[in-house]
Formats: sequence, C-alpha cells, structure tokens
Amino acid sequence: MNSEMFIESDLNRTNKRTQALYRTLFIIMTLLLILPVVIILGTLVYKGGGIISIDFLFTDPINGMTEGGIFPALVGTLWLVSVALLISVPLGVAAAIYLSEYAADNWFTRIINLAIINLAGVPSIVHALFGVGAFVIFFGFGTSILAASLTLAIMTLPVVIVSTRESLQSVPYAFREACWNMGATRWQTIRRVVLPNAVSGILTGIILEVSRTAGETAPIMFTGAAFFLPYLPQGVFDQTMALSLHLFVVATQVPNVPDALPYGVALVLIGLVLLMNSISIAFRMHLRGKKKW
Amino acid sequence: MVTTTEITPKLQVKDLTIRYGSHTALSGVSLEVMPNEIFSIIGPANAGKTSFLKVLNRMDTFNSEMKYDGKIFFNGLDTRHLRNHYALRRRIGVVFPLPVGLPMTVYENVALSPRLRGINNKAELDVIVERCLQRAALWDEVKDRLDSLGSLLSGGQQQRLTIARALSQEPELLVLDEFSIAVDPVTTMRIEEVLKELKEEMTIILVTNLVQQARRLADRTAFFLNGECVEMGITEALFSGEAKDQRTIDYIEGRFG
Ligand SMILES: Nc1ncnc2c1ncn2[C@@H]1O[C@H](COP(=O)(O)OP(=O)(O)OP(=O)(O)O)[C@@H](O)[C@H]1O
Ligand SMILES: [Mg+2]
Repeated sequence: MNSEMFIESDLNRTNKRTQALYRTLFIIMTLLLILPVVIILGTLVYKGGGIISIDFLFTDPINGMTEGGIFPALVGTLWLVSVALLISVPLGVAAAIYLSEYAADNWFTRIINLAIINLAGVPSIVHALFGVGAFVIFFGFGTSILAASLTLAIMTLPVVIVSTRESLQSVPYAFREACWNMGATRWQTIRRVVLPNAVSGILTGIILEVSRTAGETAPIMFTGAAFFLPYLPQGVFDQTMALSLHLFVVATQVPNVPDALPYGVALVLIGLVLLMNSISIAFRMHLRGKKKW
Repeated sequence: MVTTTEITPKLQVKDLTIRYGSHTALSGVSLEVMPNEIFSIIGPANAGKTSFLKVLNRMDTFNSEMKYDGKIFFNGLDTRHLRNHYALRRRIGVVFPLPVGLPMTVYENVALSPRLRGINNKAELDVIVERCLQRAALWDEVKDRLDSLGSLLSGGQQQRLTIARALSQEPELLVLDEFSIAVDPVTTMRIEEVLKELKEEMTIILVTNLVQQARRLADRTAFFLNGECVEMGITEALFSGEAKDQRTIDYIEGRFG
C-alpha cells in the first residue's frame, strides 16, 4: 500500500504538464521584455560606437555642430542633474519622513498624498511651462541652470517622496514601538533605527531618479538649456547645453549632420544613465548584504 | 503624634477603562502594585492584559484610537497630564511576547538606551552592557559575539537580549508580557530565576498565560477576563482554594479558556 503512494496518477501528470506550459510562457514573456533593450543598445553601439572617443567626449562641437565633440553638453547635464538633486533630495526626503513618521491619518495628510500622486501624473511639458512662468519670469532667474534645475526638481519630487516613504515603511513597525517603549522620542527613533535601515532604499530611489532627470528634455528646453553654447557654465545663473537637448538638436534641427553623430550622443546619454543605474544596483546589493532582520 | 510611615505604591490604578474607538477593551479596573513586588496578571486572550500594560507607560499617545478613563499614579504621580512621557517610559522597562531584537548588534541593542540618555563614553557603556547581559543570564553565551547582529541569536537568547535591553533603562518597574511564549522551558526557568533576583531591586508586573508561572513567581495575582478584573489576591491564597469567584477557580484549574 505504501509503495503505491509514489505512483503517478493521471491528475499528477496533467498538473505537471500545465506547470511546464505556464513556466515556458512566463519565460518567453520575460525574454520579450529584454528584446527592446537589446535592439536599442545594439543599434546605438552599431551606428554610433565608432564616433565615441576621448576627443568626442572632451571637445566642443564645431562647424554648426556637425563636427567636434559634446563636452559642454556633457558638463551641462551634470550641472543640471546635480543642482536638481541638491534641491529635490532634501525636500523630498524631509517630506517623506514627515508623511511616514509624523503625520496622523487625517484629511490634511490625505490632501497632501493626493497632491503628490497628481504631481507625479503631470506631463513634463506642463512642468516646463510652469517652470517658465514661475522660475524664469516670476522669480526672475531668467533662462538659467537654476530655473531648469528647479523645474526638474519639482518634476522629480513626487517620485523621491514616494520611494523614500516606501523605504521608511519597509522598516517594521515593531522596531519603532520597541524604541518608543524605551523612552526614545520620534526623532531619536528615526535617527537611530528607521533611517539607518531605510537608507539603502532611499539612495536607490534617488539614483534611479537621477537617471530619469538626465534624460528629460522638455522641462529644460525653455528654462535653461541652450541650443548651442560652446562654453562651460560658470554658475547656476548661466545657461548651458545639455545632452538630451543636444541629441534632439543634432537629430532634427541641424542640416548636414553625419549619421553617426546623433547615435553617438544618444549612446553617451544612455551610457551615463546605465552607469548611474549600475552604481545604484551595486550599492543596493552591497547594503542588502548587510540587511539586519 | 506619631504618623505611620506609609509606603507609596509603585503603581496605583483607579477605575481604569480602556477603549479603542467604541470598543471597550478593559473596564473599571482598580489595583495597586507595591515596590519590590511581583504582581502577575493572568487571563485568557482578549482579557485586556496587553492593553492594560500599554497605558501604564502611556503608549496610548501613539495610537489615536486608544483612549482611557480613570487614574494611574506612578510613584504617586498622576500620569494623565504628564508632559514628559519619555521620562516615564524610561523608568518602565517592557518585554514583549515575541522578542523584538532591534536591527543592530548585540552590544548596540543594550547600549541604545544609555546612549539615548546621553551616555557616550565607551568604557562606561561597556560596563553597562556587561552588567545588563549578566543580569539577563545571557553574558556567557554572547560575550564573544557582541558585535554580531542581535537577530542572529536564537529565539530564547533574543528574549533574554530584550530583557537585558529593558534593564539597560535602569527601570523602576519591569513589565513582561507573556515573555515565555516563544521560549523553551529551560530558558523560561532561567529567566524566572533572573526575575526572582531582580525583584530585590525593582517592581515587576508579569502578564502570563501560564497559570503555574504566576504561582511560582508572583506575590499577588489578578485574574482578568473579557476586559474585567474578576479577582485579585495573594497568589498562594488564590491557588490554595481561597479564590471566591467560580470563574477564577475554573481558570486556575484549567477548566476553561
Ligand atoms: N491596537 C488596537 N486597536 C484596536 N483594538 C485593539 C488594539 N489592541 C487590542 N485591541 C482590542 O482590545 C481587546 C483586548 O486586547 P488585548 O491585546 O489587551 O488582550 P490580551 O489580554 O493581551 O490578549 P492576549 O492574551 O491574546 O495577548 C481585544 O478585543 C482587541 O481586539
Ligand atoms: Mg496580549
């Protein structure tokens, strides 16, 4: 009787076949996901890889942007992203800490949450127009890195807030309770227990945010990015070139551009973004190795 | 004229009622706990035992649903209108049913409370950490792994770690909520020995669902049932047939629950 236990019944066989079928299906779906990434990267490397060189990265564009390098655009993008981060990270993290650790669940908090969700849904071109009205004109920053970065910061703020809040919430409530029971204040609890254990998630969210910021074109187009400006910016009130806008310009606005150039610019932009993403992933793995519960 | 020197009770609870929203978790409880006493609370699930413990150190302030009526005096001071809840909580050490090891090293788990009160001197912290771990009967097992994560200890060790952490607050009142629920019998006995020693220095409130544990340890015992304090008295008296209420007798003898 016991030996019959392991004999396969028809039901067992059907179950096994169905399981194999679904497994294959899911694997195919996953592979389909990778396809666009491979095609895009492949095309860029194939068509633009040849143009990339030290000179290309570190010299100015010349001859109506049909020759030379992309240095001012590369530096400009770094400026825009850094200034935007300097604004959105402190603001976003502070707001997320308030919402996750202090705010009671009342109508005021719900309105704030609603505002954040809606802000995240605003198209970037609308942010761009808001940036022109608010920062370029009303605050009088003119078209400048400051105005463009502020626009980018406002645009990325909801994502910083939401990802930070999620990281904070992933720290178990029991830790907070244990800490409060010892007589710790809310801030002591945040400082000693919540933040140290949420920091990997927070940083990952921020770095992913950086990569999005670097690729945005619309919000900086009218607020601070210049069509052609073969100098490096000296401060936040200068205009600057940027990789994303430069790509748009050489791909569509300038005549007689060699084929490889736009692909090369795109490759640098994507390379920058992937570089930042891999830093974020490496960082997350490093911190996850130290996960404490 | 000679006045008798009365001892102030460590804890005085008068007509305490606890509500979560419209749901009453505990009603009309009055009791006193004397210094250096082990006072146990027994009773089945839903009796309101944990809720009772939560208002003692005013953890109700973290839960907007939770409200209480009645008066609670700690060292003779009314805790209702207390501004400095933090000082009150520091004087009351709490041990939860399931050990909550904070996500830090064994050492830091015990050093956290002293750090919160501003002690940062390493030598001073070393002394405190060793003493607390000794008193929680854990030192010998962890003295070589103070820098490993608290969550890597076994369940029974973690529970003793939370006791050590509670002791690091230098509490006047130690509150244990069903501490042995996730602990083996041997560790339970060790912790019980620890509690008997700690009694010399502090007051202990022991919530337990092991009736015999109350009998072994407690000077006095209260029986809670469905949000009421059914009966309260000298532990030995309750257990040796002097309980007045039939429900208490049934519960003690394990006939319902
Ligand atoms: N945070 C809360 N919100 C709402 N109701 C609660 C909360 N905590 C406890 N209650 C309710 O209060 C009542 C008493 O719960 P309590 O946890 O005090 O019981 P207990 O005696 O500790 O039970 P157990 O032995 O199972 O731990 C229960 O009906 C419970 O549903
Ligand atoms: Mg309980």
